[in-house]
Amino acid sequence: MKKIINAVDQVENQMIEGMCKAFPQYVKKLDAGNIVVRAQKKEGKVALISGGGSGHEPAHGGFVGKGMLDAAVAGAVFTSPTPDQVYEGIKAIDSGAGVLMVIKNYTGDVMNFEMAGDMAKDMDGIEVKQVVVNDDVAVEDSTWTTGRRGVAGTIFVHKIAGALAETGASLDEVQAVAQKVIDNVRTMGMAIKPCIVPAAGTPGFELADDEMEIGIGIHGEPGVKKAKLETADEIVDQLLEKILADIDYAGSEVAVMINGCGATPLMELFVVNNRVADVLADKGIKVYKTLVGEYMTSLEMEGFSITLLRLDDQLKELLDAEADTPAMTVI
Amino acid sequence: MADVSKVIEIIKRIGADIEANKEFLTELDNIIADGDHGINMDRGFKAVDAIIPTFEDKDIGTILKQVGMKLLSTVGGASGPLYGTAFMKAGAVAAGKTEVDMNDFIAMLEAGIDGVVKRGKATTGEKTMLDSMIPALDAIKASYAADQDAKKALDAGVKAAEEGIEYTKTIKATKGRASYIGDRSIGHQDPGATSFTIMLKGIADLI
Repeated sequence: MKKIINAVDQVENQMIEGMCKAFPQYVKKLDAGNIVVRAQKKEGKVALISGGGSGHEPAHGGFVGKGMLDAAVAGAVFTSPTPDQVYEGIKAIDSGAGVLMVIKNYTGDVMNFEMAGDMAKDMDGIEVKQVVVNDDVAVEDSTWTTGRRGVAGTIFVHKIAGALAETGASLDEVQAVAQKVIDNVRTMGMAIKPCIVPAAGTPGFELADDEMEIGIGIHGEPGVKKAKLETADEIVDQLLEKILADIDYAGSEVAVMINGCGATPLMELFVVNNRVADVLADKGIKVYKTLVGEYMTSLEMEGFSITLLRLDDQLKELLDAEADTPAMTVI
Repeated sequence: MADVSKVIEIIKRIGADIEANKEFLTELDNIIADGDHGINMDRGFKAVDAIIPTFEDKDIGTILKQVGMKLLSTVGGASGPLYGTAFMKAGAVAAGKTEVDMNDFIAMLEAGIDGVVKRGKATTGEKTMLDSMIPALDAIKASYAADQDAKKALDAGVKAAEEGIEYTKTIKATKGRASYIGDRSIGHQDPGATSFTIMLKGIADLI
C-alpha cells in the first residue's frame, strides 16, 4: 500500500480538519467529532444532515453550505458514523424547524442514523424525519433484501432538498421533494481498478489488466460481475441499458451526472459523457443539465458511475437554485 | 456461573480474541463485502479495554451496558449498532446482579439476540450473524434443559455456532453489504457469524 497519509487512524480526522481549514468561509468542525457544519448557522429553516463513511470526498462535507446540507457526519473510511456523532450533528443544526436526515441505503447507515434520530426526538424533542437513497440499479431491488445501495444520486438529493429547505419550506415539504428525487434518480457504476482502505492495506477485489468490474458500489466492494474490459462506448451502453430499463425516461428531461470514482481522469469522464449524450439524444431523452467530475468518490478507485435524474418543473427550478458550498456552486 | 471478575475476564478475553482474529475477519469481509469487520470490531474492543478499570465496583448489568454503549459509539457500520444493542439488552437482564447463573446467562443471550433481530430487521437464512446466534441459543437451551451442565451447554452452543458458520457458506446473502454481490456471496462464510462464534468460544473456554 502506498498512500500520502500520516497515520492510518488519523486519516479521517486530518481530512476533516484540512477541509475546514481550506474552506473556513463555508464550514467548521464540531468539537464533538468529525462533524462538519455550516460556518454560519442559518436559523428558521429545515436543517439537512447527511453523511456516511469517509473516503467519498468531496461527499459529504464538501456539500455543506448554502442551498445544500447543514451538516455532514464522517465515519471511519467506508464505515457509517456512530449514533452519538450523528446525534451531535442533529443537535447543532436544528433551529426549531426540524431536521431531515438524508441516509444512503446501507444496513449500518440506516441503523446508526435511525438511532441518532430517535435520541434527538426522545431526549431533545427535535422533529426528525428521514429519506433513504437507493439509486443503484446494479443491485436487485426486493422487499426481502437490504435493497439497493445509495450512491452518487445522493448528491442530487442534497442539491434539490437543500434548495427547497433554503426557501423556508416545511419539514414535510422538504422530505417530500427529497423522496421525489429518490423516486426519479438511478445510477450504475463500474471500475477498472480497486481501491485500498488505509486500515486494511489490501484492495477490495483483484482485477487483471484486461478486466473490469461492473455494478460496483462506492466502498471498494466487488461489483455484480467481472468481465473483459470493453471500449468506453460499449461500457456506457451496458450501464445505460440497465438504468433506462429501470424507469421510463421516454420523452422526459433529465439531469446527468458522470461521477469519477477518485482516480479517473476527466478526459475519460468526458469520453464517457460523449457517448451518454449521444445515446440519450437517440432515445429522445432531453438533457437539461450535465455534471461531470468527482462528487461521490471511493478513495483512489478508477472507474465511474452514470446517474440520470428524471426532472419536472419543480426539480428543474430547485436544481438551478443558488448553491454555495466547497464542492458545488450554482449561481 | 460468573461473578464480576469472571465477566471482566471474559470481556478481556473477547477483546484479545477479536484482536488476534482482526486480519482474518477483515479478510472474510473483504471477499463478500467492504472488508472492515475485523478493523471495526478491534477498534471497538480496544475502546472497551480502556474502560475496563472502571468496571470493578460495578454490577454485571452496568458493565455490559457500558460495553454496549462503547461498541455503539466506536465500531460504526452495522456491527456497532448490532453488537452494541446485544450487549445493552443483555445488560438490562443482568441489572443489579453481581453474579449470574446459567439461567440468567440464557436469558441475557436471548435478550441480546432478540435485540439483534429487531435492530437488524433480520432472521436466519439471510447470511448474517443470526445464522450462528440463533442455533447457538437453541442448542444451549436444549442442552442445559437436558443436563443442567453449563459447560456442556456452552460447548453445544459453540458447536451449533460453528455449524451456523458452515451453513452461511451455502447460502446467498440477502441482508447487509454482502447482499450486493448476490450469488457471488455463496461459498464464503459470514464475518458476523464468525465474530459471534469467536465471542461465544471465549465465554465457553472460561466457564
